[in-house]
Amino acid sequence: MSPAASLRALGAGSLAVVRNLGRFTVFSLGLLVAGGRPPWRGRRLLREIYDSGVLSLVIVCISGVAVGAVLGLQGHNTLVRFGAEENLGAVVGLALIRELGPVLTSLLVAGRAGSAMAAEIASMKVTEQLDGLRMMSVDPLDFVGAPKATAMILSMPLLATLFTLFGIFGGYLVGVVVLGGDAGSYLSTLQDAVRFSDDVAGGLIKGLVFGVLVALIAAYRGFTAQPSSAGVSAAATSTVVIASVATLVSDYFITALWGY
Amino acid sequence: MDAALAVARPIEIEARGLCYTRGTRVIMEGLSCVFPRGRISVLAGPSGSGKTTLLRMIACLIQPDRGAIRIDGEADVAQMGAAALRAFRRRVGMLFQGGALLDSMSVFDNVALPLREHSELGEAQIRGEVHRVFEAVGLEAVDDLLPGQLSGGMVKRAGLARALIEKPDLLLCDEPFSGLDPPTVRRIEELLQHVNESVGATMLITSHHTQSTLRIADHLVLLQDGAAISGATGELLREDPRVAEFFVEPPLRERANCAP
Repeated sequence: MSPAASLRALGAGSLAVVRNLGRFTVFSLGLLVAGGRPPWRGRRLLREIYDSGVLSLVIVCISGVAVGAVLGLQGHNTLVRFGAEENLGAVVGLALIRELGPVLTSLLVAGRAGSAMAAEIASMKVTEQLDGLRMMSVDPLDFVGAPKATAMILSMPLLATLFTLFGIFGGYLVGVVVLGGDAGSYLSTLQDAVRFSDDVAGGLIKGLVFGVLVALIAAYRGFTAQPSSAGVSAAATSTVVIASVATLVSDYFITALWGY
Repeated sequence: MDAALAVARPIEIEARGLCYTRGTRVIMEGLSCVFPRGRISVLAGPSGSGKTTLLRMIACLIQPDRGAIRIDGEADVAQMGAAALRAFRRRVGMLFQGGALLDSMSVFDNVALPLREHSELGEAQIRGEVHRVFEAVGLEAVDDLLPGQLSGGMVKRAGLARALIEKPDLLLCDEPFSGLDPPTVRRIEELLQHVNESVGATMLITSHHTQSTLRIADHLVLLQDGAAISGATGELLREDPRVAEFFVEPPLRERANCAP
């Protein structure tokens, strides 16, 4: 490829990225506005909270216990070298509350509920259900997109909190019950180390931001999917990939800005 | 007049100079035709001739590259603002080829949706309206069923019930006879004729089901090579050899006393 052709391809690629970002921004604003104004679709919102929140509970709780248990094991083995194993509660708690709880929950929810949301919306597009709504003068963004996105935004911080609590419980199981650490030390170092304004609030904000990101990305990929079965699967797959990368990248910036 | 389907101010539609290209394929090239007020017009033509495309242009689900679609000689649907388009669509019912019923909602909720969204009716009145339309289209005991639990013919009738619930002035039907057995085709034909007689709404039906077209069409529009041949059905069959060629099988041609 000649240098001029390479330059043209680079320019076209860059323009496509900027165009897509612009479309995503306009779409996101429309979706957030639709979610923030009446009519309030309470029944649909509850159903969506069940789909994206309640149905994610089992994997979030099991993963939380597993991650907490691994942290307990690794943390105990490391802390023993320095004679500081009584600080295990603080190590497990801070790691989960600040980072692992919100980040891993976001990755899990993107994989389960985010992909399902993108696939469902894309499949509604393929089967003309979205056009059917338009023909009834019902805005699909308002009727389908807003309840799904709102449900995910509300569910994510709660799921992240549950992940963290089950993780702390997993760390306790390994550190105290299996390895024989002191229960009082585990809980008291946890209590001393964790501050609400820095750690808990930061974790909740991360959960909220990740919820917004995953919801907007899943809805955007669903609504802009190609109307074919390949388009449905591409919407689901790209949602998981883009939402996971967006979670990890934004995690860095939130951490830096929050002043940890 | 059927009380459940009482009407209406039928709409006249005029398509003028429509051009539409998809990729490198020219689908419409200066297509012009009129769909007369209160009549059953059937859009016929070979596969890929642009029947569904024209129907979707009239519904403003896609835009022509050039040309205009005028409603009652005035507004061009492609130029309508959001509010005018919503108001226009409130006057239009559309039966999609696959029904386009929302698959997460019961058949009753699907048909009741336009009333719940746009009317001030209470739940008891909505129930009454929905059941009156169910009766008109010959559906019973389907309230709690999901669309996936219906047969193909029942899906079409449920889709038609939803299209009729707001007493439209214009009814658009995309391939209402496709994929159905002959008795069901006959039932749908009778139903459409009954609706037209009861309601008086302008009806546009796309079909490549030759016999049904000849049975129900007052007005025929044959799409060929990007243009339209249109007129009263009997007149066209007698006078235009291209129409006779398209519709009438050789043994039937003599019987119909048409041009070869």
